[in-house]
Amino acid sequence: MNIWFKTSAGIALLSLCAWSLAADPLQVRSMAAACASCHGTAGIALSGMESLAGQPKDDLLKKMLDFKSGKKPATIMHQLSKGYSDEQLEQLAGYFAALKK
Amino acid sequence: MKRRQFVQTVSSASVLGAMGFVSGCATGSGDKGPKVVIIGGGYGGATTAKYIRMWSDYGIAVTLVEPNATFISCPISNLVLGGSKSMSDITTPYDNLSSRHGVKMVRDMVTSIDPDKRTVKLAGGSELAYDRLILSPGVDFMWETLPGMSKPGAQDKVLHSWKAGPQTVALRKQLEAMPDGGVYAMAIPLAPYRCPPGPYERACQIASYFSKAKPKSKVLILDANDDVTSKGPLFKKAWSERYKNIVEYRPKHALTDVDAASNTLKFEFNDSIKADVLNVIPPMRAGDIAVKTGLATANKRWCEVDFLTFESKAAPNIHVLGDSIQIAPAMPKSGHMANQHGKTCAAAVVALLTGKSPNAMPIYNNTCYSFVSEEDVIHVASVHQYDAAKKTMVTVAGSGGVSSAANELEGRYAMSWARNIWADTLA
Repeated sequence: MNIWFKTSAGIALLSLCAWSLAADPLQVRSMAAACASCHGTAGIALSGMESLAGQPKDDLLKKMLDFKSGKKPATIMHQLSKGYSDEQLEQLAGYFAALKK
Repeated sequence: MKRRQFVQTVSSASVLGAMGFVSGCATGSGDKGPKVVIIGGGYGGATTAKYIRMWSDYGIAVTLVEPNATFISCPISNLVLGGSKSMSDITTPYDNLSSRHGVKMVRDMVTSIDPDKRTVKLAGGSELAYDRLILSPGVDFMWETLPGMSKPGAQDKVLHSWKAGPQTVALRKQLEAMPDGGVYAMAIPLAPYRCPPGPYERACQIASYFSKAKPKSKVLILDANDDVTSKGPLFKKAWSERYKNIVEYRPKHALTDVDAASNTLKFEFNDSIKADVLNVIPPMRAGDIAVKTGLATANKRWCEVDFLTFESKAAPNIHVLGDSIQIAPAMPKSGHMANQHGKTCAAAVVALLTGKSPNAMPIYNNTCYSFVSEEDVIHVASVHQYDAAKKTMVTVAGSGGVSSAANELEGRYAMSWARNIWADTLA
């Protein structure tokens, strides 16, 4: 009984943490919409700019983290990516990965 | 119970969505759902219209009031002055806003707003009711600061070309008609004004044209500011390396009047200057309709807003965005920024009309490209996020910056930026 209580309390605490970390989907949508000015509405760009919709999350996240660290050369993305936390970049990567190509 | 009261009551009970009030109704509108009226179809207003429709699942009726038949972009319009782009390159129709997104386009001007009755009157005589009104009227000019510009014909001869359109074409004609060896003089107002790097890009584009077509001619920049207000070292490098004998930059030239008849600029502390072609960018303020409605509370020039919703601090249920607002620190008055305002405002208005809380932590960016020749470009970029303690937008420390040097790759990106933001705003 005691063990059960501790375990369930632990699970409750874990899910509470997960809940507080989970981003508000509408907030992430608004954050991602800021990218659309260059990368197209819903992540589908016209020629000359990269479409983000439907790209694998890990690829998108790696690219943005590499822009941020300076590992991947860029004209502008190294400066813009530094405006976002790693957590925000992960939310953006997840958002665009889930959009239809 | 009036419909508007009903909407409010329902919103506050947060059951609007649950009632299926905002449901898929692809082309619009009818009289059931909430009504939004948007004044101004530029980067700010058009973006807001499209995104309110998308993000309300086409349940909120949006009417966009815009006097012009087509969207003509200020960004890239300096290239029309330089001769490498045409007016058709910077013109986009409004058709997609109505056909794809069900925005009701009304080609008219708003002459007055009644914030109590929540109605707007149009020059054409009709009246529109709103639950939320969004103003994105851009800038209008403070002609009263330049008395000579009120003389008959003065504004037809001395152009601003600071709203892309007929004046862009007319200034290009003046430049083409100017003899080789002539002087083009541009007066820049004190910041803040629409598009901080715009005048300096314009100097580059006109110098580029002169260097090819009339190389003995001069571009004289008379700036009221103490120094170049944006991308300063990069513009100065372009002038000294690319247009050495053409461009001359003179700071601290505060324009006090213009004599259009004799093509003369008069300054507070400097000698008057005559030139063959005058281009006066006058001091500016929020669009007339915002000023007239009493929304321009900052120095009677700019409209103060809540940056979470872009709701006016002077009038409830009225939102203002784009160039008309009292900007947050380091926030430029740019088309890109107006597009970003538009999405933030759209999300907030959809939330407010469906009984939800607006996003408490907006974050967005500015990206601005300037052409220093026909091909080579420099940029400035910044990321802005909401600061809950300061209740304004601030730039994120460590983010943003400018190009290391003018380059052709960014020239290609700049045109791609233009195509993409036009589509994001209008298609």
